[in-house]
Amino acid sequence: MAKTLTQEFTKGLWEDIAPFRLVLGLCPVLGVTTTMENGIGMGLATTFVLVFSNILVASLRNIIPSKVRIACFIIIIATFVVITELLMQAFAYTLFLKLGVFIPLIVVNCIVLGRAEAFASKNSITLSIADGLGIGIGFTLSLAALGSLRELLGANNLTIWTTPTSIIGVQEVFGPHFQPFTFMVQAPGAFVCLGLMLCLMNLLGSK
Amino acid sequence: MGYMEIIIGGIFVNNILLAQFLGNCPFLGTSKKMETAVGMAMAVVFVLVLAGVITWVLYAFFLAPYKLVYMRTIAFILVIASLVQFVEMFLKKSIPALYAGLGIFLPLITTNCAVFGACILNIDKELNFMKTLVQSTAYAVGFGLALILFAGVRERIILSRVPKPLQDTSIGLVTAGILSLTFYAFKGMI
Repeated sequence: MAKTLTQEFTKGLWEDIAPFRLVLGLCPVLGVTTTMENGIGMGLATTFVLVFSNILVASLRNIIPSKVRIACFIIIIATFVVITELLMQAFAYTLFLKLGVFIPLIVVNCIVLGRAEAFASKNSITLSIADGLGIGIGFTLSLAALGSLRELLGANNLTIWTTPTSIIGVQEVFGPHFQPFTFMVQAPGAFVCLGLMLCLMNLLGSK
Repeated sequence: MGYMEIIIGGIFVNNILLAQFLGNCPFLGTSKKMETAVGMAMAVVFVLVLAGVITWVLYAFFLAPYKLVYMRTIAFILVIASLVQFVEMFLKKSIPALYAGLGIFLPLITTNCAVFGACILNIDKELNFMKTLVQSTAYAVGFGLALILFAGVRERIILSRVPKPLQDTSIGLVTAGILSLTFYAFKGMI
């Protein structure tokens, strides 16, 4: 069954939206989403790696022997993660410090390897780009949604971008008298919040 | 930082699963049955301790002196991948029952963030060799403890009636949140 380019792109946005439908790559989803900014940043970094590793895997798919393919995919992905690390150190250093260990951890993000194995190794380059973009943007949106929910309730803020001198975003969304629900920005809140969002997705999807 | 502090910190306070969010895919994937959870925990303990030590040696004697620090992501993942391959061959030959029980999750240790993340964290903290060994063991034990505790709770959940949209992963995550809350209580210890 051949799918069109748009279908491959849009399936990542709802049908196969990464953290919810596939339940893969949960570590960054839970770990970095204390603010909306972290969520978006992590999502974009993952999208970058996903798209470029998909391109390379798809273009090399006839050359890589199937026995050592996983090792090859991991090296391809690791290369792009190193590029991302260096780029972020140069252009978004504060964000790089905040995301910390989770940037090198994109290497072991199951979504990226999963797409390389399940999609890019079997499809053409253009389809793989569409697939990578779709899944990546879906992932970014989910991270941003979870991040903004946690930041809103847990810290009463909503940041989009932080530079060393200023913060772009809304401070004290619910006014200065709102008592932040600190549980949300801490570790247990991440699990509970994601669990309830998954429940909501199931509710919406079943109709 | 004393050894006692590292041990308690690694197992309880900074538990790798519930406080640092590393290795959550196998955490949710293998915790439905106690048997697989125990197997997974053992495999991770073995691989994590070995990987922690080997990556430290690699970093201290090769990457750092030759100024190849930026290559660490690639170097570490290669070491871990070959280590997992070795463990897989070892288990297949000597404990076939466990090998069959672990199934897909053994090769998945390669992409287990807990192993890779722990190695990176050890390097970032600039620990010496002995402390790296102790820290890796503590992380691994913490991983096993959390996974087995969680599997125990999850086996009970199967017996109870969960609302339909909350079933499976969703209730699993909420349960993990409550488990994480109990580990959170250790925060004051250090």
